[in-house]
Amino acid sequence: MACDKKGKIGVIMGFIKQLFQSKKRKEKAQKYNLGMAKTRQSVFNQLDDLLTQNTKISDALFEDIEEIFIMADIGVDTVISMVNQLRETVELKKIHNAEELKEMIVEEMFKRYVKEDVVDTNLDTDHPLAVLLFVGVNGVGKTTTIGKVAHLLKQKDKRVMMVAGDTFRAGAINQLRIWSERVGCEFYQKEAGSDPSSVMFEAIRYAKEHGIDVLLCDTAGRLQNKKNLMNELSKIHRVIGREIDGAPHETLLVVDATTGQNGLSQAKIFNEVTTLSGVILTKLDGTAKGGIALAVRETLNIPIKMVGLGEKIEDLEYFDIEEYIYGLFSDIV
Amino acid sequence: MAFDQLSDRLQMALRRMTGKARLTDKDIEEMMREVRLSLLEADVNFKVVKSFTQEIKEKALNEKILKGLNPSQQVVKVVHEALKELLGGETSVFSLKAQGTTTLMLTGLQGSGKTTTAGKLAQYIRKHHKVTPLLVALDVYRPAAVEQLKTIGEQLNIDVFEKGIDSKPVDIAKEALLYAEKNAYNFIVFDTAGRLHIDEDMMDEIKQLKATIDPDEIFLVLDAMTGQDAVSVADHFHQSLGITGSIITKLDGDTRGGAALSLRKVTDVPIKFMGLGEKLDAFDVFHPERMASRILGMGDVLTLIDKVTENVDEDDMMNLMEKMMSGKYNYNDFLKQLKMIRRMGSLGGLMKLIPGMNKMMKNADIDEKQLVYIEAIIRSMTHEERKKPDLIKRSSSRRRRIAEGSGRRVSDVNKLIQNLEQQTAMFKQMSKMDPNQIDPHNPMKNMALPQQNRKAKKGKGKNRGGFRF
Repeated sequence: MACDKKGKIGVIMGFIKQLFQSKKRKEKAQKYNLGMAKTRQSVFNQLDDLLTQNTKISDALFEDIEEIFIMADIGVDTVISMVNQLRETVELKKIHNAEELKEMIVEEMFKRYVKEDVVDTNLDTDHPLAVLLFVGVNGVGKTTTIGKVAHLLKQKDKRVMMVAGDTFRAGAINQLRIWSERVGCEFYQKEAGSDPSSVMFEAIRYAKEHGIDVLLCDTAGRLQNKKNLMNELSKIHRVIGREIDGAPHETLLVVDATTGQNGLSQAKIFNEVTTLSGVILTKLDGTAKGGIALAVRETLNIPIKMVGLGEKIEDLEYFDIEEYIYGLFSDIV
Repeated sequence: MAFDQLSDRLQMALRRMTGKARLTDKDIEEMMREVRLSLLEADVNFKVVKSFTQEIKEKALNEKILKGLNPSQQVVKVVHEALKELLGGETSVFSLKAQGTTTLMLTGLQGSGKTTTAGKLAQYIRKHHKVTPLLVALDVYRPAAVEQLKTIGEQLNIDVFEKGIDSKPVDIAKEALLYAEKNAYNFIVFDTAGRLHIDEDMMDEIKQLKATIDPDEIFLVLDAMTGQDAVSVADHFHQSLGITGSIITKLDGDTRGGAALSLRKVTDVPIKFMGLGEKLDAFDVFHPERMASRILGMGDVLTLIDKVTENVDEDDMMNLMEKMMSGKYNYNDFLKQLKMIRRMGSLGGLMKLIPGMNKMMKNADIDEKQLVYIEAIIRSMTHEERKKPDLIKRSSSRRRRIAEGSGRRVSDVNKLIQNLEQQTAMFKQMSKMDPNQIDPHNPMKNMALPQQNRKAKKGKGKNRGGFRF
């Protein structure tokens, strides 16, 4: 039994190592590693529980693989279709050895994420006035993310202005203002309770007149099943587009990495209302894996652009699928 | 009754098995897989799901449940019962200390909703336990968190103790305790900064806070949308602090909230309350049974019933009923009725509580604004018109004027007229029923009778199988 267990650990460790052989990659992955693997001993030792049986390819093994993915909050549908694909390939190629599964899993994940496409994680800011709109449910970290993005853009010598579009939640405007002071960028606000669309409208006018390069628009957190609030968001989106052709140049859904299956519903409905250009996955420095973002890419074709890895202003990274997969299994290695 | 998700799944599994004389172990296995998937889709932690399905399987086998007429419904029932049990069985009652000041500390991850919850909780306890609450702002890290709590305090008319962001939380807490004693507050809620369960420095800080405050209750605040990680979060906070209860927030979303199950299973402390919206009164005690239904995607009739009874004044209702029965129902009554509905919360929220509606709602276009429009139309009527619906019905110029006054189309006004007529017609029908035949204590009695009779007769040999009358 113990020997079998080791065999299976070997399977997974093998493909992780394969992924991260090169030193350069390891260094690149270090931040993710720090962020995502702080707790190696989580409540239940995943490995012991997950990998209990043989190294032969069996239904039980497939179920274990399923569980590793499910544990990471990758959507149930995505996981099932992924594992079914694996089953088919195994049958087709008459594979009997679990060892060979490792490459297939990695391949399958890459294939599904990349989708024979070039995944561009850059934020589209090459416009006279680029407008980035940040949307999401309550408490995911939109305001903090804007602070970090502003910092990042300022490093690139962009003239950045934040717009306090959350006129609803108590303290939201000041929260953003404090971030703008930390970053040292411009800040636009109206009084609490104002119509957010009118705030955007005025901010764009102001930004045009004052030579701002990038406008970062905060919005109030809203649950995607609140029709009125989604209508309000749709209006914000429309007003921005009316002021500048092709704007907002990025509409970014901020998703908390601890989010479960609801993340898919969030992405789906926000995408219907505002046409999302990307996802920013926050709070990846906890123990959550944020796998739902993969499901979002899989089902809605919306790429993950950036990840939040800590509370400091520079704790924001461009998303890298390889590093991410490493993070997924970091507890296990 | 529509047991949406799980029952759909089970039925599908069963369809593949129909025609079989009896269900094999493999069939049962397959049903358990459906149960498992359904729970995973609801974000119940896979580890919890595993032990849970094992339990269910044994129960299902023991009770020989699969011999029944509708095995899938029975399995759903067993699952529902077990879920309810796991979630705590009965609603956990919150009680204050018999004497002196009750102190309560909130903790949780960033963005779980602690500050909003602090306000809601203080208000709820004030309303139900007649206390003088004090909110204490201990989040000195997140920008403007103190201000947020202050604003909430103002909105609720609850005092907030704060020392800005330059003091240490432990020192603020000490001062707050003294302040509360001096000023005779007897219920204190400490709002702490959000923190990651694996952030050692921050976890040390909250342990110090616990030592300083020595709170009667420590509640973990958890976002209902949390996925598999809920187990790890709950476990860490519980290990470090020994929480005494928890609060699930953002349950007004469309998440099924399986995290609640993980939370309860790991900590084994009761889930006390739930947050149901951004408004500060959108807060309620936690009901295990309803949560079980929700996780299974069954809708939540009980919450609906509670909402109705809580928010509708009985006298108002009786008056309205009387008017309806007498056929004198007019636009003033309509307006009153509208207000009652709106007092119960958002229409979308209400609809979601009805089993089966959840699914239908996915495509339906529920526009809360409709209620506002109807109100606007009625408010554009003269008093005379409101009392005598016929006036509007007969005069197209009145209808046009009302449409213009309310900013709606004439067709909207016509729709409202139709609506009122339909209601009146319905009530007339109801009032024609003979009240003497309806037992006020058991209005269903009459309906049940014929069935009972038939059943009783069936046993007698003479009449068996025949319908002679």
